[in-house]
Amino acid sequence: MLEVIKQPWPWYVSGPLIGLTVPALLILGNKSFGISSSLRHVCAICIPGKIQFFNYNWKKEIWNLFFVSGIFLGGIIAAIFFASPGPTQLNPMLVKELAGYGITDFSSMVPADLMRWDKLLTLPGFIMIVGGGFLVGFGARYAGGCTSGHAIMGLSTLQWPSLVATVCFMIGGFVMANWILPFILSL
Amino acid sequence: MENSKQAYLHKLNEHDIRATDSICINESRQEHKWYYNLKYLLVGLLFSVFFVKAEVISWFRIQEMFRLQSFHMYGIIGSAVVVGMISVWLIKRFDIRTISGDKISFTNKKFSQGQIYGGLLFGLGWGLTGACPGPLFAQIGMGATVVTVTLLSAVAGTWVYGRYRENLPH
Repeated sequence: MLEVIKQPWPWYVSGPLIGLTVPALLILGNKSFGISSSLRHVCAICIPGKIQFFNYNWKKEIWNLFFVSGIFLGGIIAAIFFASPGPTQLNPMLVKELAGYGITDFSSMVPADLMRWDKLLTLPGFIMIVGGGFLVGFGARYAGGCTSGHAIMGLSTLQWPSLVATVCFMIGGFVMANWILPFILSL
Repeated sequence: MENSKQAYLHKLNEHDIRATDSICINESRQEHKWYYNLKYLLVGLLFSVFFVKAEVISWFRIQEMFRLQSFHMYGIIGSAVVVGMISVWLIKRFDIRTISGDKISFTNKKFSQGQIYGGLLFGLGWGLTGACPGPLFAQIGMGATVVTVTLLSAVAGTWVYGRYRENLPH
């Protein structure tokens, strides 16, 4: 049984399970699924300054920080008990393309050839780790939500602004992965 | 009288600040002890395991998705949305309450140009890091400690947005 669980789960099993986050949070406490707002709460707690955007009663949103702490702990538990036995099974075209940039380690969830401490101060490493993170945080707040808040929760409640945001997420990702990232990796 | 008016204005302001976002602005009259929040930690933990086993936290899977080289991620997001939609419909149709008896409420999102500009910027970041905010937490848990830098950078990005919010087109 554990051997079956340890294999990567097909989309038609994992997708619906992830979708159940929506009713789980609603029924447990009338909470809307959303993850990137946790970053805003961290700002509100640690460095609110005189910025109106960060001056609100974050104590009422503390559930969200418990939720993301759970995601962190879940990562630890998954790594210890449910780690997949082999490398990620990828489309051979991607494997070939990435090999051209010297990315050949597919054993973990992040590319170990790029995202590790001693690569942080190389140009591609810095752009991906620091620049990428900044864009994710800035963009998610500017858009008023991320993949969970807009693409999953927003679309589930039929919000058309969320559809606009989701389409823009995808356009940005397409542009980055197909045209900009190859240039960054060749630096 | 004057006090209650001020309290009302303050509440209005608080609501406005929070409503600038997709964060939860649902209020409950019931005050709970802090440990009631542990249930959200458990939900996060469980769904994190789903994230990991679905490989949605894999940088490689995100690259496949944006290159149209695999159906996997589309299947996951699509089926998650369908399950979410059906759940929301059922909750509304049968007026399902929370476990503490509160009515479940939904807030409509207002359109702003931020969803376009911010969405595009977020997409660029997603294509780089191969992770949206949720997977960042899970990746760190799985032992990719350098991702803490990505997460801190995302907090910095959030702060810079808040600081210069008034100067950006919305």
